[in-house]
Amino acid sequence: MDKKTYYNNLTVSSSPHLVTALDTQKTMMMVLIALVPSLVMSVVVFGIRPVILTAVCMAASAFFEYAYNKFMKKTCTVQDLSACVTGAILAMNLPSNFPYWMAVIGCFTAIVIVKGIYGGLGRNIANPAIVGRIVLLLSFTTQMTTWPVTRQMATDATTGPTALGILSEIAKGKPGTLPSNMDLFLGFVGGSMGEVSAIAILIGGAFLMWKKIISPIIPVSFIASVFIFALVYYGVKGGDYNALQMAVFHVCAGGVMFGAFFCATDYVTSPIMNKGRLIFGIGCGVVTMVIRIWCNYPEGVSFAILFMNMMTPLIDKVVIKRTYGGAKKNEK
Amino acid sequence: MSSNAKHLHSIDAGHYKNTAGHETEVMPIPDVVKISMSQHIGAPCQPQVKKGDEVKVGQIIGDTEAFVSAPIHSSVSGKVTGIETQRNAMGGNDTLVVIETDKKQEPAEDIKVPEITDLASFVAATRASGLVGLGGASFPTHIKFNPKNRDEVKSLIINGAECEPFITSDHRTMLEDAQNVIDGALAVMKYLELDDCYIGIEDNKKDAIANFNKLFKEQGISNIHTFELQARYPKGAERVLIYEVTGKHCPAGVLPADLGVIVSNVTSIAFLGQYLKDGVPLTKKRMTVDGDAVSQPKNIIAPIGTQIHDIVEFCGGYKEEPTKILMGGPMMGRAVFSDEMPVVKNNNAILAFSKKQAYIPEETACINCGRCHHACPFDLLPTAYADAWERKDAQALSDLQVMQCMECGSCSFVCPARRPLAFMNKLGKAMVKEAGIK
Repeated sequence: MDKKTYYNNLTVSSSPHLVTALDTQKTMMMVLIALVPSLVMSVVVFGIRPVILTAVCMAASAFFEYAYNKFMKKTCTVQDLSACVTGAILAMNLPSNFPYWMAVIGCFTAIVIVKGIYGGLGRNIANPAIVGRIVLLLSFTTQMTTWPVTRQMATDATTGPTALGILSEIAKGKPGTLPSNMDLFLGFVGGSMGEVSAIAILIGGAFLMWKKIISPIIPVSFIASVFIFALVYYGVKGGDYNALQMAVFHVCAGGVMFGAFFCATDYVTSPIMNKGRLIFGIGCGVVTMVIRIWCNYPEGVSFAILFMNMMTPLIDKVVIKRTYGGAKKNEK
Repeated sequence: MSSNAKHLHSIDAGHYKNTAGHETEVMPIPDVVKISMSQHIGAPCQPQVKKGDEVKVGQIIGDTEAFVSAPIHSSVSGKVTGIETQRNAMGGNDTLVVIETDKKQEPAEDIKVPEITDLASFVAATRASGLVGLGGASFPTHIKFNPKNRDEVKSLIINGAECEPFITSDHRTMLEDAQNVIDGALAVMKYLELDDCYIGIEDNKKDAIANFNKLFKEQGISNIHTFELQARYPKGAERVLIYEVTGKHCPAGVLPADLGVIVSNVTSIAFLGQYLKDGVPLTKKRMTVDGDAVSQPKNIIAPIGTQIHDIVEFCGGYKEEPTKILMGGPMMGRAVFSDEMPVVKNNNAILAFSKKQAYIPEETACINCGRCHHACPFDLLPTAYADAWERKDAQALSDLQVMQCMECGSCSFVCPARRPLAFMNKLGKAMVKEAGIK
């Protein structure tokens, strides 16, 4: 007790002096975990190739992230896992028999062109995985639209159309039968690896919402607006369609579920405030349905998300302006 | 004023209430105390003693004519050995009166039970006691007790939330000093002619709530109520507490009195209750000593002006080398650069952190996740403030309501990119003030 020790070189910093354990890396890890049910389901329906393709995309994305940072003499950011998430989401947007080398080109586009050049994580104006997918779709249209049939489909062919492909053909007057909504919900109909099973996506999405990684606003408003749009459209149109059945069909078929939970919720390219998120989600749903019904492409989710990504700065600006106004707000 | 179903955003910052079960120990008088002349918001006091003077406990050693101020009393008896200037945690300079103690603790002759007949004498006695907001803001209490619109003020809200992690001193006050809290509250209600009083306590302090309810029942008190708050941060921030209890928003610039309430910290009210009985001014303070660098975390009562190293020594010394020492809690407390700093009136904790506990990871890029916005009790936009501050746009900062920020630190806490958002908010507020934007 006699000898006192004084400390005069203590760390001085601004409060707070505690931070949460949840950092960017852990956030990205949660997203990867949430993708596992979709991957498992795609193995169930397509075999082992989805695992290899996903691994290739993740590795390629991580490599491009590392190489770009090295080349540009920037701090290495591979450990934040955002590149792996981009790679995994891109893979989930591909058909399971997609050639590996083409997938690597998609990863290059996503990581280097869409993210790196704009300044890295947090600075990209569009969702890298979505742009990667669109570039692949436009460059390798045949491979991107050749869908292996699922093991559960009763057919001898090795490839077949997606549910939306069938719908598009029917709309042009050709004969065809739509798959049942239950098969779509479970994932027994051909399509991109991650999109096939709505139930798997819901499990992953519920996990993300439970962990508060994503807010339910964007997915719910996206899916609800697709549902309502289809309900109204087919209700007004009448004819052979049961409007309710078609509304469920549009939600479960194609990329709506996957896009709503995993692509549209990308932090960087979606609005920050709740009102903005609502506008964003509704916009995604409406644009998706407009493309599906009136445009040449059978599927419109990626274009819808890309379009709304471009609108995000505008939405943020308007919502912030309306919420905070000028200095007058306090006078009440 | 019943339970309010809506809540402002809050965060789970952890509790770490390690010392909640530790009964308060009275620390022996140290050899030397250094009493700061800046212990309240407003103009600092001028020393009223000079080197060589003999002082006694409770004797006024610092005072000023300024309106927003409170006198400062000696916490010990002994001899003034000098008037020092020391750099404070804010980068400014404090004047310190250094007193060598004689350990006799002789009380000053003029200490007597205050005679109170009306509001004016109550307010005067409150000022004479040296009381300032002990929850952390250190606003002189007597000004709070004399609002311009006294007729409109109907309720007293006592802040016993103690939402800061680690700190348990208010909790101990409510358990060990509950009668003084009640007596103080009754006095405030009597002289300010208030209708009722609510003691806001977080629901992780059920024993304190039960203790009050038991006393109310025994004493037949029907106009003081306990109010259970969620045990989340920052429910004890004044503006948040007002909303939780009354359902009324209290933006910056609006005084609680404008909403018909007066808010006071539970330790302030407990001191007031004691002061009205014995007339001994504010010379000692209950505080929590914790952190992983302290050998024996404790709740203690120490004379104001005790240096941090003396307090840590009483708590078994340092277990390992401290990297960061905080006055106050980890969310809003101030990091000091030296353990020779003395404690002041509004200190409710001394936390000494080792390198491990003080570690804050490096900042990475903002991913626009919006957690800062969704954590903010007032729905502000910390990322936008950071951007505006970086481009030196004071007008944008002001338009985005940066002045509403109360610096609770929730945004920095939740940021997955570890950005010092609360710090940038502070700089942003300073920028707006400097630019003179109204």
